[in-house]
Amino acid sequence: MMRDLIARDVRRGLTGSAWLPLAFFLLVATLMPFAIGPDAKLLSRVGAGALWIAALTAALLPIERLIEPDRADGVLDQLALHGVAEESAAIAKIVAHWLTFAPLLLIAAVPAAALLAMDGAALARAEMALAVGTPGLASLAVAVAAVTAGLPRAGALAGLLLLPLAVPLLIFGAAASGDGGSGALLLEAAISLLLTSGAPFVAGAAIRAART
Amino acid sequence: MNMLLRFEDVTLRRGGRMLFESLDLELAPGEALHVGGANGTGKSSLIRLAAGLLRQEHGKVERARLVLADDALALDRELPLGRALGFWSKDTDDAMSSLGIAHLAPVPVRFLSSGQQQRATLARVASSDASLWLLDEPLNALDADGANRLGELIARHLAGGGAVLAASHQALPGNWRRLELGR
Repeated sequence: MMRDLIARDVRRGLTGSAWLPLAFFLLVATLMPFAIGPDAKLLSRVGAGALWIAALTAALLPIERLIEPDRADGVLDQLALHGVAEESAAIAKIVAHWLTFAPLLLIAAVPAAALLAMDGAALARAEMALAVGTPGLASLAVAVAAVTAGLPRAGALAGLLLLPLAVPLLIFGAAASGDGGSGALLLEAAISLLLTSGAPFVAGAAIRAART
Repeated sequence: MNMLLRFEDVTLRRGGRMLFESLDLELAPGEALHVGGANGTGKSSLIRLAAGLLRQEHGKVERARLVLADDALALDRELPLGRALGFWSKDTDDAMSSLGIAHLAPVPVRFLSSGQQQRATLARVASSDASLWLLDEPLNALDADGANRLGELIARHLAGGGAVLAASHQALPGNWRRLELGR
């Protein structure tokens, strides 16, 4: 059942609007040179941080379709009746969301890095940091989606919840993207791991609490 | 005898309102129970409590493996009906033909009428191998033919040692024990 659920969510993610967060990511990266100016040196210095801000805002876009449609349509109820614990459903959703979000983001980071005048080494560091951070980001997105599922104006509320919680990831992710030798990557990995291991329990409890 | 569903002194409260108190209920294999009552007396809540999707405030609920049909379709709208049902159960052909929707298998779920969707929900129930069926307003949007087919399915399920708990404000086809809520 878990494998079926992951396959289903990946299919729905890819046939749905998987490109939308990516287009948004590239758009934010494009805006930076306009906002900061075309000075290549300055751009390449802020580039890594700009990539992370773009990634965080892009991660917000799919939140409303992660949990709420399945809650409203009774899929989560039926999964529970089929013996899939809410936590397991949340893990499947995290895996599926990561699969539809992270690889495309890593690809989109290449043109985004070019727009921000980042060189090859900086791009490699940023890709590494994004690869380490995206599981945490995907977990956070699913947990926040579960907490806000069914609430009015859930999208805006999800943004208010997710962005502050993503700050530690942003700090160490951006630091690891900027300077490879600082150990920030390890701290980022630790935070990503913490988010990934905690999110299924938060999401599971939220799904149960949302039942009426 | 081994009961498929047992409520012992169950109290359920929703949103601060007491829906029922000290309810005892037993469902043996081959038994069908029709829960009636006016709108808002807790029929659907009783079904969801029996399914384990709600928690009772007090008392004990024991249940066998069960399958639930309520007003949520739980089928992917973009998939053809056959594949959408296939997510929940491997063998759906028999159930689909006994509800008269076998010809709809290649049609995407979003194109189905509400009566056809209700039949699809019931096909999901009929294709499961669970022994306890929980049906919430199973006659909703069904025409006479659909109601007949549902009656036959229920009769076959009961004869096979299953049990059915249905909530409805309408009369259901077949022989049912009655439980009136809200009195």
